[in-house]
Amino acid sequence: MAEAVDLKAIGTRPVRPDGVEKVTGRANFGADLNLPGMLHGKILRSPHAHARIKSIDLSGALAVDGVLAAISGEDIPGGGDLGDNVLANEKVLYHGHAVAAVAATSAYIAEQALDQIQVEYEVLNPVLSIDDAIADGATLVNESQHTNGDTSQPASNIAAITKFERGDIDKGFAEAAVVAEGEFRVPTAHQGYIEPHACTATINEEGKATVWCCTQGQFDVRSMTANCLDKQVSDIRVIPSEIGGGFGGKTTIYLEPVAVKLSEISGRPVKMVMSREEVFRATGPTSATLCRVKVGAKSDGTITAATAWLAYEAGAYPGAPVGPGCMSVLAPYELENFKIEGHDVLVNKPKVAAYRAPGAPQSMHAMECAIDDLARKLEMDPIELRLKNAADEGTIAPYGPQFPAIGLRACLEAAKVHPNYTTPPAEGQGRGVAVGFWFNIGMQSSAEIRIAENGAVTIMEGSPDIGGSRASMCLMAAETLGIPYENINAHVGDTEATGYCNTTGGSRTTFATGMAVIEACEDIIAQCKERAALTWDLDVNQVDWEDGQAVPKPGVNADVKPLSLADIARSAGRTGGPLLGRASLNAQGPGASFSVNWTDVEVDRETGKVDVMAFTGVQDAGRAIHPSYVEGQMQGGAVQGLGWALNEEYIYDANGVMENAGFLDYRVPVTSDMPMIDTQIVEVPNPSHPYGVRGVGETPIVAPLAATSNAVRDALGFRINDLPLSPPRVLAAIDENE
Amino acid sequence: MAKVHVSTTVNGQPMDVLVEPNDSLLDTLRDGLGLTGTKEGCATGDCGACSVMLDGRLVCSCLVLGAEAEGKTIDTIEGVADGDGLHIIQQKFLEHAALQCGICTPGFIVAAKALLEREPNPDETTIRYWLAGNLCRCTGYDKIVRAVQDAANELASPA
Repeated sequence: MAEAVDLKAIGTRPVRPDGVEKVTGRANFGADLNLPGMLHGKILRSPHAHARIKSIDLSGALAVDGVLAAISGEDIPGGGDLGDNVLANEKVLYHGHAVAAVAATSAYIAEQALDQIQVEYEVLNPVLSIDDAIADGATLVNESQHTNGDTSQPASNIAAITKFERGDIDKGFAEAAVVAEGEFRVPTAHQGYIEPHACTATINEEGKATVWCCTQGQFDVRSMTANCLDKQVSDIRVIPSEIGGGFGGKTTIYLEPVAVKLSEISGRPVKMVMSREEVFRATGPTSATLCRVKVGAKSDGTITAATAWLAYEAGAYPGAPVGPGCMSVLAPYELENFKIEGHDVLVNKPKVAAYRAPGAPQSMHAMECAIDDLARKLEMDPIELRLKNAADEGTIAPYGPQFPAIGLRACLEAAKVHPNYTTPPAEGQGRGVAVGFWFNIGMQSSAEIRIAENGAVTIMEGSPDIGGSRASMCLMAAETLGIPYENINAHVGDTEATGYCNTTGGSRTTFATGMAVIEACEDIIAQCKERAALTWDLDVNQVDWEDGQAVPKPGVNADVKPLSLADIARSAGRTGGPLLGRASLNAQGPGASFSVNWTDVEVDRETGKVDVMAFTGVQDAGRAIHPSYVEGQMQGGAVQGLGWALNEEYIYDANGVMENAGFLDYRVPVTSDMPMIDTQIVEVPNPSHPYGVRGVGETPIVAPLAATSNAVRDALGFRINDLPLSPPRVLAAIDENE
Repeated sequence: MAKVHVSTTVNGQPMDVLVEPNDSLLDTLRDGLGLTGTKEGCATGDCGACSVMLDGRLVCSCLVLGAEAEGKTIDTIEGVADGDGLHIIQQKFLEHAALQCGICTPGFIVAAKALLEREPNPDETTIRYWLAGNLCRCTGYDKIVRAVQDAANELASPA
């Protein structure tokens, strides 16, 4: 591994290559494309949370002037659960579930035509909570769903049960001097990206479709759309626009197969853009959860045993992130005895989608609250208690693998001496600490490096840039090639223009696609050395690459001037043709990232309002390629976590209709709600990456939930287990306790 | 419904456009005039992504009808940079990495410019309350507030 000696580009904070486009309004996002002759598509959505579809009659819509196509579930033949979510077939499974769609010459006509579609429903009882879903005799969301596919057992709303176990928990708890336990609920929260889902599709007479859309992964849109329509991936080209936030929510599809099908029927391009209300009602939020945890420790603070029973709402189809919830709940700790059991529970709510560190915030909220209670019982500083038990290099993680070098201990040590921690909270305020964790992923990436005839470098890669990753790619290329950052630009290619890349998610892009960029740069360097050797009539082994130019190796007797990238590019036609570097890989060893957060709060005892007075995040980034964007991930994740802790939740009525499907009532944090978010980047290099990069984007949302909950506990003198800590809940708890 | 003819001034240029009576000013800018720098995040006036200046007043263009632009002066993100380069607020957003995905950025820049024209030396609290109508889900607001502070400082004492 190239240890970080004398890094020149990495660690600096240049302006991002796509910056000017974005501050001037030029950048094109999902809804910004218009094509000649384009139609507008709209979706009819279920008014019921659970009902059987008896019939759908599209003829009324088709009779409206200006309507050129109308479709229903039978027009989306494939895709399994995904296809059924795109347009319902036998049953509607949540309020807002897509039932039919039309395309018309204007959005107004399309909307009016939806009213002319006749759908006959047999309304069924909705299943609206984990408690209802797992109760004996519960209504079944899916009558053919059996737990873990075991058809010898009756059908159940529990789609799957996952277990992780080690040691002897009875023995472990018998050794404990103190025990903390509790039952914690975290509500459904939405990713809340500001850009609603949008796409435009067109398909030609040969059946070749082109889709423009805002997505975290154009290659996944291609395969998912192909599956839904029973097409081949080679029939579909997906061109990703700039993406206006995703946080995991744009790793799946909703509109694309519908737009392609409407285009196929009408023979015209079709544009579809969701309203904010549709985004809330019908796109993946994350799971509401019920977690029961218990943890015991000796009087010196050594944790002896822990248990976690987790239930996560999946929405209408299996697939809650309860697996990662189980795997993360005890990841920060070295302990011998534990038992973790997770349940993937169907309810009549939207199908959940990934949301930043999917599953970890909920389970770790419960465990980090219990660890805080343990520290109080032990009269230990909460950071000291965590240091006493912290996972480190060599620890066998509760989910199996052995940790290589990790930064949890370094983060805890940095937090302990941080001035924001050594200074006690102001009079009347409370402080809470928690630890965060995310696995991070590697997976497949490709990159190409093209050198223009003036030596300018173009990076072509396939990872949609959701938060500045093109700047990181350019910095790693600048470092590897030894040339100025300003000479490099990076582009995110469509599915026909660039090699395969897995979706931007799992905090993989700077790590894995970055690794592909570095290797493609090394390919360019190897080619440049060959070209220089040819020019100088030397053997390639006699040529070095130093500071962006080819030079004869020390001791080689050659009276030549160094050749820069521009020199070599200019004469490339005479030395073998254009310079084109490439790399593709399946990146291994993404490197877990740990964090320590603390929140200082003030609670208004008359209104129950909790104000965040200060927040500090310390996190291991492995190596911060562009520190401003690492800090930005930490700050943005923190504020999403604070919003979830304090205010955000889906509120349903008794019929399963979401009552707060807009930004006025589903209130995400605004500027005036927040203080400055202090950050400290810790760098424990990831041994699997040439520059030591770990993923950083997801860990930041994990710890703020428990840190804030623990701060409110500290301020009030008693604990409120459930989130959000919104004024009504906090006020009710104060009234009950006084 | 018959379309309505609207004569208006956008970023200093006189413009004529036909609008549906129920088109918002946001629809008119984006679809009628092709000015897609102004973004739709909610269409209910809650997110500020569609912020524009209407006769010198900061508004959510999704809450104004296109037909109401008749005879008015509208300034959008496309007009913030004058021919000589980026506005200092745009420059500071870039320097401070005050954007990640960038969808909210046009609205924030239009709103921040309106603030500094009205209050050249705002404290942190004033900035935070003025920008409370603009949602950003990526940055946690920290770097946005710092970018606006820095722009104010530089406007007060140009380097």
